[in-house]
Amino acid sequence: MEAIATAVLALAGIAALLGWVLSLAASRLPAARDTIAERIDAALPQTQCAQCGYPGCRPYADAIATGEADIDLCPPGGETLVRVLADMLGRELKTSGSAVGVLRPPVVAVIHESACIGCTFCMEACPVDAIVGAHRQMHTVLESTCTGCELCVAPCPVDCIEMMPVARGRSGWNRPPPQAVAGGIHDAGH
Amino acid sequence: MTQDTRPPDTVPQKQWPIRGGLMLPPHKEISRNQSILNASLPATVTLPVQQHVGAPAQPVVQTGDKVLTGQLIASAQGNISGSVHASISGTISHVGAAPVPHASGLDGLCITIQSDGKDVRCAESTPVDDYPSLDPVALRSLIADAGIVGLGGAVFPTAVKIEAGRSAGIETLLINGAECEPYITCDAALMRERADEIISGAQILLHALEVERCIIALERDVPKSLEAIERAISASADGRLELVTVPTIYPAGGEKQLIQALTGREVPSGGLPHDVGFVCQNVATAAAVARRVHTGEPLISRIVTCTGSGVAEPRNLEVRLGTPIAELVAQCGGYTTDVARLIIGGPMMGFAVPSDELPVTKVVNCVLAATRAEIGVEKTTMPCIRCGDCARVCPANLLPQQLYWHIRAGDFENTRKFDLFDCIECGCCDYVCPSHIPLVEHYRYAKGQIRSLDEMARNAEVAKQRSEHKSARTLKDDEAYDSQLEEKKQAVRDAASGGGGKDIIEAAIRRAKHNK
Repeated sequence: MEAIATAVLALAGIAALLGWVLSLAASRLPAARDTIAERIDAALPQTQCAQCGYPGCRPYADAIATGEADIDLCPPGGETLVRVLADMLGRELKTSGSAVGVLRPPVVAVIHESACIGCTFCMEACPVDAIVGAHRQMHTVLESTCTGCELCVAPCPVDCIEMMPVARGRSGWNRPPPQAVAGGIHDAGH
Repeated sequence: MTQDTRPPDTVPQKQWPIRGGLMLPPHKEISRNQSILNASLPATVTLPVQQHVGAPAQPVVQTGDKVLTGQLIASAQGNISGSVHASISGTISHVGAAPVPHASGLDGLCITIQSDGKDVRCAESTPVDDYPSLDPVALRSLIADAGIVGLGGAVFPTAVKIEAGRSAGIETLLINGAECEPYITCDAALMRERADEIISGAQILLHALEVERCIIALERDVPKSLEAIERAISASADGRLELVTVPTIYPAGGEKQLIQALTGREVPSGGLPHDVGFVCQNVATAAAVARRVHTGEPLISRIVTCTGSGVAEPRNLEVRLGTPIAELVAQCGGYTTDVARLIIGGPMMGFAVPSDELPVTKVVNCVLAATRAEIGVEKTTMPCIRCGDCARVCPANLLPQQLYWHIRAGDFENTRKFDLFDCIECGCCDYVCPSHIPLVEHYRYAKGQIRSLDEMARNAEVAKQRSEHKSARTLKDDEAYDSQLEEKKQAVRDAASGGGGKDIIEAAIRRAKHNK
């Protein structure tokens, strides 16, 4: 009987001591450098397009990290991103999400400058400062900086912003994928 | 066909075996035996502003301008680029998009010249009589201004390569005469007929590089070229020059393979020949350098092999750049009746083109008109059986089938880990694949995809930073606005409680009246 009491007391003592050490470590030592939200943010495509319903990539990353948002709401990231996030977070692979599966070709915003009235609404909407101009002066889009997020299109009161496919010429040309091999185990999806 | 089937070394100098490779049927006799024909002057030339690796040149002429042969028509832009010169004298008839020889089939910016038939030389660039007295820096810019790029097929600007080699502190210039791809004989013909020009070019390059050793490497199956080069070297009595022969194995002419055969050293993954102490230049590039120095002529022509069973009289021609391919074929007796496909470059690394109206550019070393029999029956692609033949022949020591599986799975990150970018696209794996899988096509596709993924990642990083800046700025502005508002409110409250409220109101009335 005494032996049991000693064992129980000893174990309880060790547990209390370790618990105290752990709680001390948690409060004193610096947290891991990359928080989960940062890691998610690093995986997001950074178009800042807000198509997920959050005002940018970082807010969406925070929402995923807290469990508030699903992992399949990012159209620019597409299915690849869903896979990466599912893998990272140990969540179920969802491909039914609102915005997955449609991979559109890259676009940039173009302001029809003759129609622009210089209201600066689009400049305020642009998440990456890709629109230059001034009040009552014509605005224009810096093509190399535009992420094609379309956030500037809706605020324009005169509808002079259009999304245009990126013209990249020969230097931007990519070879098409080789034709799939017919028959055999390839078709079985291995 | 692995290393075991190679012929034994017969030359005295020590050599190392290159890895992998193939003994291919050479088909060189078709075009080799005739002398180089000076192609007749074309009536029109179409000169793309991008005939080299790097940034496209910027046109400096307009439609309607009169130009002389050798006159600069598009100038190099930025660090890696090449100038373009008029290859005939005449009138600029068009500056704009036109079909160019490129695997994409997309148009490129071209300058078209209508010939006046006189071929009047431009006096702008003058010969250099005494190049050893010239400063190596001046000599390098002379080479750059002449639009000289690597004529072995990589079309990398020669002056840039020299500069990079010099800053890497290289010791040896390697003149590459190992023309390993089947059918192509333009370098062999050049060595046979203009060995002096090549040797002189090598000496000039030595001066530009400021090094004291030059190895000229040839394959063993070109005895006449070998003899001519040997004679030219002994005539030059230059102790810095050294002739070596390498076994006839495809792709022994690849610069990295050649260096491995000569030194046993491997160019490190992702590295360049200058990392192991070499700068490699093709024989035709050396000849072009000599021509610029001795005659003042910039790069306006090159030797092209027009061959294959699809042309009546295959041979090598010296062609002005921009000449339509059709004119070359016409001067080789035209097509035979059973021609089936037109290929630019050789059968291993070339690409098929849809039309013979495309112009000859600096990259076009060979025009191969193949018959149905030469192409062979189109073989059905079958599944990979993991036989490993591709890995045995790969000269870059890669695992082609592993790369293939990763590409099929869309796993580009893993292909990078398996050193996809060390693939030289020689086509040996395609050749031996018993399932006829177009492996190189997969690698080219994956390289393109990885490059655009990398670009997207770079853009995303920039967008992220800009977005963070913008939100920080907006936050700061909002806070500043709020605190200003609060300050004003506080001022009003202070004034009201301090009994000075009337003063403020009167001051406001005065201001309003004044403004009226």
